[in-house]
Formats: sequence, structure tokens, C-alpha cells
Amino acid sequence: MERPDWVPDGIDVTRPSAARMYDYYLGGSHNFEADREAAAKAIEMWPDLPKIMQANRAFMRRAVRHAVELGVTQFLDIGSGIPTFGNVHEVARAADPQSRVVYVDRDPIAVAHSQALLEGDTRTGVIEADLRDGAALLEHPGVTGVLDLERPVALLLVAVLHFVQDADEPWDAVAELRGRLAPGSLLILSHATPEGRADMAGPHQDLYRRTGNPMSMRSRSEVTRFFEGFEMLDPGLVYMAEWRPDPGCRLEDPTRFSGFAGVGRKP
Amino acid sequence: MTRSPAAPAGTGTAGASGRPDAPGPDDPVPDAPAAPAGGPRAHEQEGLARFAGFWARVIYPFTATSMTRDELERHLLPLATRLRSLLDEDLLDASPAQEVGRGLVQAHCTDPQVLAQSLTVIEACLLLYRPASPDIPSDVVRSRLSRLQAAVAAGFARALRDRTRHEQEAITRAALTAHQRSQRALHESEAKFRALFEGLAVGIGVGDLQGRIVDVNDALVSMFDSTPEDMRKMRVDDLVHPDDLPGVWDLYQQLIRGERDRFVMEKPYFRSDGSVLWTDLRVSLIRDEEGRPQYQVAMLEDVTERKQINDRLRHQATHDPLTGLGNRVLFLERLEEVFAHEGGGRRVGVCYLDLDGFKAVNDSLGHATGDRLLVAVAERLTGCLRGPHQSVARMGGDEFTALVVDPAGPHEVTELARRFLAALAAPVHIDGRDLSVNVSIGVVESSTDGTTAARMVQSADISLYRAKARGGNCYAMHDPEADAREMSRYHLSTRMPEALESGEFFLEYQPMVSLADGSLKGVEALVRWRHPEHGVLGPDRFVPLAEETGLIVPLGRWVLEQACSQARRWQREFPDCAPRVNVNLSVHQVRSPGLVQDVARVLKNCELEPGALQLEVTESAVVGADDQALTALRELTDMGVGLALDDFGTGYSNFAGLRRLPVQTLKIDRSFISGLRGAEGGDPRDEQVLAGVLSLARTLELAVTVEGVETEEQAERLRSLSVQSAQGWHFARPGPADAITRALRG
Repeated sequence: MERPDWVPDGIDVTRPSAARMYDYYLGGSHNFEADREAAAKAIEMWPDLPKIMQANRAFMRRAVRHAVELGVTQFLDIGSGIPTFGNVHEVARAADPQSRVVYVDRDPIAVAHSQALLEGDTRTGVIEADLRDGAALLEHPGVTGVLDLERPVALLLVAVLHFVQDADEPWDAVAELRGRLAPGSLLILSHATPEGRADMAGPHQDLYRRTGNPMSMRSRSEVTRFFEGFEMLDPGLVYMAEWRPDPGCRLEDPTRFSGFAGVGRKP
Repeated sequence: MTRSPAAPAGTGTAGASGRPDAPGPDDPVPDAPAAPAGGPRAHEQEGLARFAGFWARVIYPFTATSMTRDELERHLLPLATRLRSLLDEDLLDASPAQEVGRGLVQAHCTDPQVLAQSLTVIEACLLLYRPASPDIPSDVVRSRLSRLQAAVAAGFARALRDRTRHEQEAITRAALTAHQRSQRALHESEAKFRALFEGLAVGIGVGDLQGRIVDVNDALVSMFDSTPEDMRKMRVDDLVHPDDLPGVWDLYQQLIRGERDRFVMEKPYFRSDGSVLWTDLRVSLIRDEEGRPQYQVAMLEDVTERKQINDRLRHQATHDPLTGLGNRVLFLERLEEVFAHEGGGRRVGVCYLDLDGFKAVNDSLGHATGDRLLVAVAERLTGCLRGPHQSVARMGGDEFTALVVDPAGPHEVTELARRFLAALAAPVHIDGRDLSVNVSIGVVESSTDGTTAARMVQSADISLYRAKARGGNCYAMHDPEADAREMSRYHLSTRMPEALESGEFFLEYQPMVSLADGSLKGVEALVRWRHPEHGVLGPDRFVPLAEETGLIVPLGRWVLEQACSQARRWQREFPDCAPRVNVNLSVHQVRSPGLVQDVARVLKNCELEPGALQLEVTESAVVGADDQALTALRELTDMGVGLALDDFGTGYSNFAGLRRLPVQTLKIDRSFISGLRGAEGGDPRDEQVLAGVLSLARTLELAVTVEGVETEEQAERLRSLSVQSAQGWHFARPGPADAITRALRG
């Protein structure tokens, strides 16, 4: 049967993807020409970007370790993107070998790649889902087969919510997720903000608007609302580099102005 | 890639690529040559640790690793140790130093600047932190260092190349997997869609915005009795059908413009053989991700058979099976349609037709002939129509209606009525007989404003009665006043049978007295109707109606019975002076075949001798009466019943004819005495005429009673003319039987 030409195509690698651009910022090669072009343009406009991403990764690592210290060893990483060196499961397992991790992304290539990477690992899972449908996400067998949602889970929303437009009601989506977690669960969250570098924020968002993942930077109060009903762990919502920096971290990081980070706990 | 490193505030150690070996002011390292305490081994280790710390600090800004700088430092220490140990060996092959380069890449330090900075740090500081053995000549050390640096660079490059290849392969494979999955999902959904598309009994067609038909399923193809190829050659505009509902193509255009997302309607199409295909059509618009119209999808359900059945059922429900004309339902529907027209102000004409004498044909020749006559009439009526705005329907029995929508004026409707009359003027030939059939027609023409369909039909019906009342074979135009009169006549005549049943009729009696002595000679029974709404009605109001409807026969019989039994009661009470009773016979009764038996039976039942009864007939009832009627009258007089000729002088008073009649009494109409005004007044000729009539009556040996005597002068004149008896208000008004009884007792 001849395929009607009015059925749309599925995968388009000529359109930049946030996940692959992120990989490029971190020096990876899990990317295509279009991703590299877009990312290079972004860096040209905002040379600190790779460092911002690095700071974001570093926050994630510190937060994951802290979660394990608090006894939370189940991780649900939404917007996990392309897994690179020092991923959540590596960090978590280094702290507690029994840690379980489920990666979630809506980018089918990122998901396929992660699945190839983690094939055969029964304590990890990778699913393609959209955080805007929290109920379907949490009921996905790929999640429930790996995580016990009756017990506390660390929900990672690291550098992902700024890819959800206001029109898609990210606060409602996060509230849905928060509501379904067991008490003692953690929300590990970082989010781009125009505060600090308002000069960069505009052009940067313009650039992402041309990708498959337009970007919405948000203010402190807007980001704070994602934690509604959760107790903020010390030091609260701060610039990424300021969240529980490792002792002896002597360098003042230039990227501290680019994003907020925080961890909250469900009472 | 050009990554211009930012100069981190407060670091300044190794910010710019140009001076990696230029330690910043806060750099604690370059006092390395100072020998630490703790023995030579510890001293070496400490030196290497400080080197690794310096190395990490220099390259960290160029890395994207998620390690902290301390972690990176711990990662670099074994690399530094390895490098330093190689420096002490006499290596022909420096390749083991490649591991150091590979180690950098493994720590995710993939930026070429990391290599450049690392080589510079090794070149400038390795020996500084950890001096070479004094046994080895310095030029040899330098040479070894150079070879080691080259190997580090090669190892870095190879590891980076391998890693890049690996990652490119991995991501490409992932893209391929994702693509395959999406294709599979697409294929599955498409296969499902195709299965649906092909398997559904509903016809589906996909068209583009230019109206080209892009795809059709089997069901649609077979519905059109066509081929997929032929159908794909068609355009949506080829699907116009003359019976398309108005507005369907406007809806289509709105859909194509994206102003609506779907529409549903019943639509006919031509099949390839030209026959009609009726469908329930549902058209939906398919939009792209941005909401722009892309395609139109039409779903068609074949309802041809259902529609044909519906049409047939509807035809049956709205047509008269005998004549094929529309029936009452269809006529009223069409009329209501005109009234339902938005904005009103339309005109409409209605003819209500009723065949004169059809019942007689049916009764005498049978229903089969009656039916054939109706069919012939229907054909003739149909032949009178001029255009689709005129129609004829059969309302039932021998009643038909004609409807004229938007007539040019009242004349168009009356002209149609005239054509109907003319069309039925010639007899209808059935089974060798020529059957004459006439028609009476009520005609209404009016605006739809201020009236209703029902009222209009009623008006036509009333006008029809007026046409009937005029003798039929004519039309009567609607006239509100005449119709109101007709209306009340109509109501009276329809209520009369019930009134007779429920005893609303009663009799009054008017005395006839002897002019000589004033004694009571007889009484005339007069019928009255005590109508519940209109009060007491005289015979002039309802007897003509009863004549028309035929109810006069039972009514007359009832009057006869009442009057005879009253006469008998008087005879019993007053055996010597009981009055004779006069009862009027209508034209209908005189000609009714059962008259003689009726009278005989009543007399017998009442035990009344015939001589106590006198029947009054009018001139018109006997003039022109056939032999049968005259025979009946003769039989009655032979029986002993008296017979009076009523209202003498109002007809044409055929004196010659009087001789043939078995009449004993003349009742002279009041008109002869209205001129008698005493001795001095009045027209002397009236008195002469009256004298002549009286003389004639004497000649024919007829008794005379003069009616309508109102004054003593009139009575006096009549006495002077030797009239024997008289009747009138001067003597007594009509009254109840009791009044007569009292007078007899008195």
C-alpha cells in the first residue's frame, strides 16, 4: 500500500535539539550539524554557557549525593537528555550501589541513546514521556517497574522546566508530580533565570525559539512556586554555584548568575 | 571551535591560553623546589601532588567535566605520577605516555585547549615540582620530556578521535533507532488507519484544498459504482447534484477557508451510471500543526435505500391511492408551508370542491363506478392546473381542494374555479353510461397575514356551502358576512339531529276560529326549536335547513306524532268540542315514499280517527309533483284525513290545477288581507281579488281559512265577505297546548 503523503514524518535531525546542544556544551559529540551550529551560535553570544552547564551538572551531582545522605536512593530524572560522563546513576551508585534511577525525556533520540547505554541494567530505566502529563508518566511501567513510588523518590527537574512554556502550565504539571510522591520525597530543581544576566537572557531565548525547544527563563518567585508545599532544604533557592558548594571550592564561579537551584522535601 | 575562555574574577591563574605557566598572585604552588620533609619518597609524592593541583587548576577552566576541581586533581595525580616515572626510564618507546592523554579525555576534558595547557604545564613545571634524577644528563631529560609530551598529545588525540567516533556512532544509531521506532509507530497507526479506511462500510474520500480527490476507499468506490482511478481523477466540484440542498457549497467553501471544521448534511450524488446516490455526508477539515487547513476528509454513508423507503412511505402518507392526487396531509402541509414563510406577506388561494350528487351515483351504480368517476374527475381537475404553483388534492370522499401559491390576484383563483366547472360540464363516460357530475366550489384568496391555514380552509369550506345552497354547479367567493350567515346555518343544520334526539323541539298551537261566532274550529301545530344558545327559533330558521339535509322527514314525523297524540288527549277530555289539528307537510315529506304508511301508523298508534287531522301542503309542494305524490295525497284524503292548501296566493296560484288536487280547504295567505284597512282605507282592488278567490273556492266547494288576521277591522271585512274561519294574532297567538286546553275548559 502506497503511503499517503499527508502523513507527517517522525524524526527530524535537521532541527536542533536542546538535549544534543547540552551535550555539545559539555564537550560531547552526541550531536548533529544543526545542534552544533545552534550551540556554537549560542556560545558566541554568551561565552559562559559551557561553564553554566558545568555548574548545573555540578549542582546535580552535589544534590544527588545529598539525597543519598538523606537516605533517598530512588531517582526520577525528568529531562535527562543525553547521558554523559558523571550521570545521575553513576553519582548515585558511587554513593550507594543500590540506588535506582529512571531517566525520562521526550526527545526520542535521547531516549534511544540512553536505552542503548543502559541496556541490561535492571536498576535503571529509560522512558519516553512528557512531564506535562504527570499521571501518565508516573504510571508508566518503565517507572513503576524500577521505582517504588510508595517510598521517597528524588525527583530531578534539572534544567528542564525552562523548556516548558507558561501556556503549558508548568506549575500545574509539577504540582501533579509533587502530589503523587511519597512523603520524604525530594524535588531537585534548577532553572534558567534572566536575573543577574538580563542582557544575555533575551537573545539567548530568541535563539532557542528557533530550536525544537523554545526557552522560558523565570524569576526567583516564579521558580519558587515549583516547590509549593515542600520544605526547602538549606540554603533554599540560590544561584547554582551557591548551593552547598564543596568544601575547599576556592574559585568564585562566573556562572553563578545564570540559574537558580534548590532542593525541597515533601513533609 | 573557538571557545574564548572568560577570565574568571579572582582566579587569574591560567585564564588566558597564552600564559598557562604564569601563576597568579594567590597561587601557592611555585615554591615547589623546596624540599619537603618526610624522606625522599614522601617528598616525591608531595611534589607530584602539588604538580597535579597546579595542573588541575590550569586546565579546569577549559573543561566541561562534572568533576569538581578537587576531583579533577585526584584524577590527574596518577597521570602525573605515571608521567614522572616514565621520565626516569630509558624508553625507546614513549607510547605509554599516551595513557596520560587518554586519561584527560576520560575525565571529559575534551577541549583542545586542555591539551595545549597540559603540554605547557608539563613542559614548564613537571621537573620543577619533581626534579629528575641527577644521574641523568639534563639534555637527555629534556629530550625524554619532549618525547613524552608528543606521546601525551598523540594519546589525547587518539582518545578524542575514538571517543568522537564512538559518540557520533552512538548518537547516529540512537537517531536511527528513534527513526525506526517512529516509522514503526507510524506504520502501525497507518496500518490501523488503512485497515479502518479500507474496511469501513462508510465511504471515505480525502481531498486537497484545491478540490482534487487524493484518496478514496473501496466502500466509496463501490458506492459510486466507479473505479479508484476514475474517482481520483475527479474534483470535488464534479460532485454537484441538482438536488443539492441550498447552502451546501457555501459550507464547503467555509470549510476550505478554515472558517469551520466540519459540516454534516444529506447529499445526493450521481453514480457513474447516472443513477442517484443519497448519502449522509460528513466533511471534516484536517489542519497542520500550525492550524492551517491541509486536507478535507469526507465520510459518506449510503442512505439511498433508506431514503427510497422513506420517500415511498412519505408518498403513501401524503397521497390518495385511488386518484394519485395529494391527500389532505399534503395539501395542509403545502398550505402551512406558505404560511410558515419567513417575513409573511404571501398570498394564497384555496378552492374547496364538493361533487354534487356523487352520493347518488355511488348508491345507485356502486362503489366501483363511483371510484372510476372520482378518478376521471381527478384527471379533469388536474388538467385545469396552470403551473407548479397550482395543485389539486383529494380531501376524502368526493371532496377536493386546489391550492394556488402566490396567485396573481383573486382572479387567478376564480379563473381556476371556472375551469373546474367547465371541465366537469361534459358527462363522464363509464361502462357505456354518460354520468353527469357537477361540482360546487368555495373560493378563498387572501394574504397569509392575519389569518391561519386552518381558518382559510374553513372559509373555503363555508363558501362551498354557500355555493351548494345556491343549487350547486357554481363557485362562491369567500365573503365574510355571507360566510357568517352560512356559518350559523351550518351550525344549526349540523346540530339539528342531536337537538331532535335531546328533545329541543316543541310544538305550539295557533287556533283557527269561526268568524261567525268566534268558536274554535281547529288548531295549527307549529314547530319550535329551543336552542341552548340562540333561544327559541321559529320554523323559518331551521325548516329550510332540514329540507336540505333531509332531516325534515324524521322531524316531520315527530311533529305529526306529537300533534296527533295531543289531538287525541283533547278528544278524550273534550269529546264534543275537541279541535281538529292541522300539521304542515314539507315538500320533502310530500314526495317521500313512506308518507301514507307514516300517517296511517301514527293515527293508529294515537287511536285518532283520520278526520281529526288535517295536513297542510304548500302550492310549491304539489305543483309539479309527480303522480306518485298526488296518489299519496289522494290515499290520505280517501283515508279521511283532511288536506289544506297552505299559503294560497304566494305561488302562482294555478286555479286550474286546484281541480286535480284532493284538497278540501284553502288557507289564504296573509298577503291578501294586509290591504284590508277597514271601510275607508286600503286598496279596493285587494278586496276584489279576495272576493274573486272566495268565489272560486265556493265554486270548487272548498272551505276557506284566512291567515294573518291582525285587526278587528280585517276580521270585520272578512265577515262581510262571508269568510268562515280565520287565524291570526287578532284571535290568538301560537301558544302551548295547555293554553288551548284552558280555552276549551273556559
